[in-house]
Amino acid sequence: MRFPLLALLAEGPAHGYELKQAIEQRFGSVLPPLNTGQIYTTLSRLERDGLVDDDAVAQNGRPNKRVYRLTDAGRMELRGWVADATPAARMKDDFFMKLVLARAAGIADPLELIDRQRAAYLQALRELDDVTVADEVSALLVEGAALHLEADLKWLDLCEQRMGS
Amino acid sequence: MEPVIVTRGLTREYEGGVRALRGVDVSVDEGEFVAVTGPSGCGKSTLLNLLGGLDRPTSGEVEIGGRRVEALSEARWAHVRRDEIGFVFQFFNLIGNLSVADNVELPGLLAGLSPREVRARRAELLESLGIGEFADQSPTRLSGGQQQRVAIARALINRPRVLLADEPTGALDSASAREVMALLREAHDERGQTIVLVTHDARVAARADRVLAMRDGAVASETRLERGDKTAVARLMQLEV
Repeated sequence: MRFPLLALLAEGPAHGYELKQAIEQRFGSVLPPLNTGQIYTTLSRLERDGLVDDDAVAQNGRPNKRVYRLTDAGRMELRGWVADATPAARMKDDFFMKLVLARAAGIADPLELIDRQRAAYLQALRELDDVTVADEVSALLVEGAALHLEADLKWLDLCEQRMGS
Repeated sequence: MEPVIVTRGLTREYEGGVRALRGVDVSVDEGEFVAVTGPSGCGKSTLLNLLGGLDRPTSGEVEIGGRRVEALSEARWAHVRRDEIGFVFQFFNLIGNLSVADNVELPGLLAGLSPREVRARRAELLESLGIGEFADQSPTRLSGGQQQRVAIARALINRPRVLLADEPTGALDSASAREVMALLREAHDERGQTIVLVTHDARVAARADRVLAMRDGAVASETRLERGDKTAVARLMQLEV
């Protein structure tokens, strides 16, 4: 959450609720509902680390509103995040662990495991394809997830060929 | 639901002892959309050809609309194909020196429908498939995706009991493939069209209601797919901030 908040503040000062709205608007339906408390916790940590600062703005009959802005250190930190290439996805695959170990222990038929996994991936692909996303950002993200699932399904075919019997 | 297609113990052996199908039992209900997938050589196209009478089984039964068809003569099969089955192939199989309209109308006229009725159905189909403007052109001038739409119109002109599609998106780019799949789904959702579709493409198979995965000439597993909803997306994306 740190870097997304820093990036949003690079557009200009904002209070916590505006940040929540901004990120929900950017990512639309593909983002799970955000926890407001988490946003404020992150903002106070960023403030503690000197990456953001806040100004209290008086409001009529209500507590002061805290408007956050990026500090110079925060801007540097953000620049580093943006400039670094993101590491390639790691092969963290719970299914593969299950397949290899259950097969070795003789406690499952590898073909059954593969079939069940294929059904789960197909269902996930179906759900992604049923989504109508209105905005381009969400559409790109959904397309990316579908491409990953297609790769997972192809990989299951390989697992079946080489480990199925 | 009445089954439209039933097979029992269907096998197909080719000369030299190659067993393409080793006992397939399949039942497709009226209005169902079934995808058959599997690696090349698994027997999925052989199965489709047996369902459509383009090939004959070595043993086993095929029922279409409650009627046994596996032992019919070629002449009788031709009638079943014309009246009860619509075909869509990977490479469209359209007739290049006939117009789009004539390609679509031909099976209707051969089935003995009145020219007026055939024209009306053709116009409605071309319109609903978004290719009404090409009626008078040769299909050879159209893109792959457009040609496949013409082939779908031709397959539906006799309001077949079942539409059999063999890799219908196999020769298309991904955007055209998605359009063709959307149209097949529409035919299924809005006309209640029964569809059996063979594909090696998981993305295409995922559009069906039920997926049969074949392996070594037999159905290895069967998956019923549920429609997605909005909450499913956020869960699937696992996008974190």
